[in-house]
Amino acid sequence: MALLSVDELTVTFTQRGRRDVKAVSGVSFDVDQGQVVGLVGESGCGKSVTSLALMGLLPSRGVKVGGRADFDGTDLLTLSGRRMRDLRGSQLAMIFQDPLSSLNPVVPIGVQVTEILTRHRRLKGEAARKEAASLLDRVGIPDPDRRLKEYPHQLSGGMRQRALIAMAVACAPRLLIADEPTTALDVTIQAQILELLKELVDQEGTALLMITHDLGVVAGLCDQVNVLYAGKVVESAARRELFEAPTHPYANGLLGSIPRLDAPRGEPLRPVRGSINDTIAWEDGCAFAPRCDHYTLECLQGTPVLGEPRKPGHQVRCVNPVLSGGAAELRRSVLPEPDEVPGADAAADGTGPEGDGPVEKADPAEKDAVETAGTAEKEAGA
Amino acid sequence: MSTKTDKIDRLAELTASTETSTGASLWVEAWRRLKGSKMAVIGACIIGAFVVVAIVGPWVAPYSPTAQLWRGEVFTNQNIFVGPRAENWLGLDHLARDEFSRMLVGARQTLLVGIVATLLGFTIGALIGGASGAALVLGGKVGRRIDTVVMRVIDIMLALPSLLLAVSIAAVLGQSLTTVMIAVGVVQIPVFARLLRGAMLAQGGSDYVLAARALGVRKRRIALGHVLPNSLSPVIVQATLSLATAIIEAAALSYLGLGNPDAAEPEWGVMLAQAQDYFDSAPMLAIYPALGIIVTALGFTLLGEAMREALDPKLRS
Repeated sequence: MALLSVDELTVTFTQRGRRDVKAVSGVSFDVDQGQVVGLVGESGCGKSVTSLALMGLLPSRGVKVGGRADFDGTDLLTLSGRRMRDLRGSQLAMIFQDPLSSLNPVVPIGVQVTEILTRHRRLKGEAARKEAASLLDRVGIPDPDRRLKEYPHQLSGGMRQRALIAMAVACAPRLLIADEPTTALDVTIQAQILELLKELVDQEGTALLMITHDLGVVAGLCDQVNVLYAGKVVESAARRELFEAPTHPYANGLLGSIPRLDAPRGEPLRPVRGSINDTIAWEDGCAFAPRCDHYTLECLQGTPVLGEPRKPGHQVRCVNPVLSGGAAELRRSVLPEPDEVPGADAAADGTGPEGDGPVEKADPAEKDAVETAGTAEKEAGA
Repeated sequence: MSTKTDKIDRLAELTASTETSTGASLWVEAWRRLKGSKMAVIGACIIGAFVVVAIVGPWVAPYSPTAQLWRGEVFTNQNIFVGPRAENWLGLDHLARDEFSRMLVGARQTLLVGIVATLLGFTIGALIGGASGAALVLGGKVGRRIDTVVMRVIDIMLALPSLLLAVSIAAVLGQSLTTVMIAVGVVQIPVFARLLRGAMLAQGGSDYVLAARALGVRKRRIALGHVLPNSLSPVIVQATLSLATAIIEAAALSYLGLGNPDAAEPEWGVMLAQAQDYFDSAPMLAIYPALGIIVTALGFTLLGEAMREALDPKLRS
């Protein structure tokens, strides 16, 4: 039994006099204890709305939430506001995109951290302060006693995100939702923050739901990846499986759009054409069809269902999946070297180095490739 | 050996002397920036001088503000006014009282009206606005309903022209200094209420509120501990600026004859009103109190504007 089991989650925004907007239409996925699950997609595909719905943070007016989200046996979507508030921060916690605006500018860091400890762990006074200092220390903030007295604008971007992570893990939550935690940070800091998150997951067995549009982040961190498009999961697979054999044309296009360091100079980028606005209703067919190179008449006859055309456990919502693994070599440049990722060795064996490909060289530039992947994907999504 | 320990000692000394930044809060930083602003310094000087005059004025005034300095020579001909001279620096007014002494003593009344009226408006306005904003942030149907009712009342208050409102209050309460204070203060209430509520509403939608909610912080704590402190700076700036308008409005009410009728307590607005009857023959009698009002109001406005800049988060580095 998974720790969090989301089943057919739908979120509809209603506005009088306007057509309802379905931001999330039937998303299902599981998150196990100690697992990192990625939710990937371009802007507007429903990633953040999914996370806010799980946290019960969507506005109460003008929003309809359907489906189930079982967290340890209780449905998060039907919990009362009071129970949900008790759960948030203690069992569930969330990290946001912009660390500066997520911290209160006029309140010292220390107060903001101890506030959580007081709220959920009933720590007060000196005990709370000590615990707050040790939390900051744990997330790698040097001189925590001094930092506790400082205000958010006195901390660097990376330190702010660390402070927010400290607040999120203050009560050892069982599920951590990270909504693009590295988007507002520069590349070196991004790597540090991801490292920190990985460490916390490994040490505490916390489940992590990683929401991102950065394929580099996914490649470095996630165990299981769900690719979202227009409010539906279009592909769900283990990380290596997805990067080796992206089967949905959208996932395939996303990975194909990543620039390669070894590509000849001047070669144009290959974005997924069109934008997320070029879409059709899922009821009528595949929402990706207007941007797809492979679509047929069949794609326009009702919602495609999730199938497993390639491997069991690798789910794809497509009528005409990309089954030839021709672009596998390209994908390899995106994944980190096997030794960088614990547990990736086994998967890497099957695709071992062919020897002569320039991609396979243990080039220090490899790491950059992972990082540029994110930027490229952003451009492709824009 | 000794050079090595010397070196280490010297280094320790130097590192110890470098300022370790401990929590420079918003206010500390604003203060630092205020000190560097010419506008703020000038404003503060004017206000300081004004406050000093208001406090010590009655003691240092060379004459009693009510003493009529008949010297026989005054009413001998058409020209009844005595201009500035060694004994009376600003001359005598129409009842032959020392204008300089009256200015000094009048400052206190003017300052009192300004401060009391603004405090009144600030306190009640901030309470109403804060309650309304907090109700909104706490959310729910009840909160929205409370806010709607309160804001409609404030709208009604805003719809009345301020001077008219003040005149009617003065008319009901009778002619006195207290009336002027209340009238001017009441007029300020909706301004403060709207401002604080608006600021709280804007802050309520910010990321840190969402982040605090995501960590289970209670609504009351969010409203009072997070939203309110972030919403105060525009209100405080407004209070400083309001002091200027309060002084001007109090003068206007006095000018209209609604101020303190007691001649024993001079007030700049009343002095201005009385001087207008003799404007032809003694224009300076009108210009002194007018200048006093203008300069004081300018002082508060300068400081208020400087505070607005110092507290603006967009300008913070």
